[in-house]
Amino acid sequence: MDWNFRQDAPIYSQIIEGFKLSIASGELRPGEKLRSVRELAAWAGVNPNTMQRALSELEREGLVYAQRTSGRYVTEEENSVARVRRQLASERLSEFTAFMNRLGYAGEDIIGFIKEGEKPNGNS
Amino acid sequence: MATLECIGLTKRYGSTEALDSVNLTIEPGKITGLLGPNGSGKTTLIKLANGLLTPTSGKVLICGSAPGVETKRIVSYLPERLNIPTWMTVTQLLNYYQDFFPDFDLERARTMLSNLSIGENMRIRAMSKGTREKVQLIMVMSRRAKLYLLDEPIGGVDPATRDYILNTIIGNYDPEASVVISTHLIQDVETVLDDVVFINQGRIVLRSTVDDIREKEGKSVDALFREVFRC
Repeated sequence: MDWNFRQDAPIYSQIIEGFKLSIASGELRPGEKLRSVRELAAWAGVNPNTMQRALSELEREGLVYAQRTSGRYVTEEENSVARVRRQLASERLSEFTAFMNRLGYAGEDIIGFIKEGEKPNGNS
Repeated sequence: MATLECIGLTKRYGSTEALDSVNLTIEPGKITGLLGPNGSGKTTLIKLANGLLTPTSGKVLICGSAPGVETKRIVSYLPERLNIPTWMTVTQLLNYYQDFFPDFDLERARTMLSNLSIGENMRIRAMSKGTREKVQLIMVMSRRAKLYLLDEPIGGVDPATRDYILNTIIGNYDPEASVVISTHLIQDVETVLDDVVFINQGRIVLRSTVDDIREKEGKSVDALFREVFRC
């Protein structure tokens, strides 16, 4: 993960997004142990309380789980991983569609571009 | 109990009001940025908390006590100017800190010195300004204090060292300890802070958490600061 925090959103929510992407893409494997809050905080260059908040939220969403004595692990639930993968994909897709709409391309055009793997060339 | 509490804290220098009825509470376990333009009262507030100045009126309390011998035991202070004896070598300085402060963690200090490639035989006088500042900050952060008062800790050092220092701060403080960092280099410290206090002309004009500002204002603390203090 590369931590370049955007200016316009809370830091903890950007950490959550980063973890989701790592989990969805398999960069963090199911059942993998996470480092301690303090280590993760130092690694991301954020306050430990901020890291803690992000991890608690990921726990609440079922993407990581805490083992009382030994730390936190990435979920082994395939459904949770699949869900977050779809969630991220659909977020990106709506951003992309909104952008294309703004350029004046609608549904069929967009599908056409994707199918043909072509670059829009402006003379359609 | 609050680590640091200011109650109606006021300081006048002659007719100049440096701090005007400041009420402020810093809780344990928080890293707070004391942010304000030059001359806003940041250093005055920190000096009052260290007992280097006495209030004109009001009170400042460290873990419930007025600044004095007892509070100096639990407060680790980084002044805005160099305060370490320049004739000493690093080794002598380590001994000196160990003698003075029972909470001084020698191992921690030596690790940080070696990470920053600062030789222990070096004399402080022979160091560059930036290196002196690094040494001083290492000494301050190597104490296991309850409250760290850091007055402009990153002003004079390069960006890579800045990252190292900030990582040292977040990696080393005890979860029950509090850190107050006064600075105007907000962008550099923003991600390590829990809370921010904006101070201007001796008054607190804003108190919030970093993520609340980003959530509600949709902008960084740095951007908000530039807006609030636009010249």
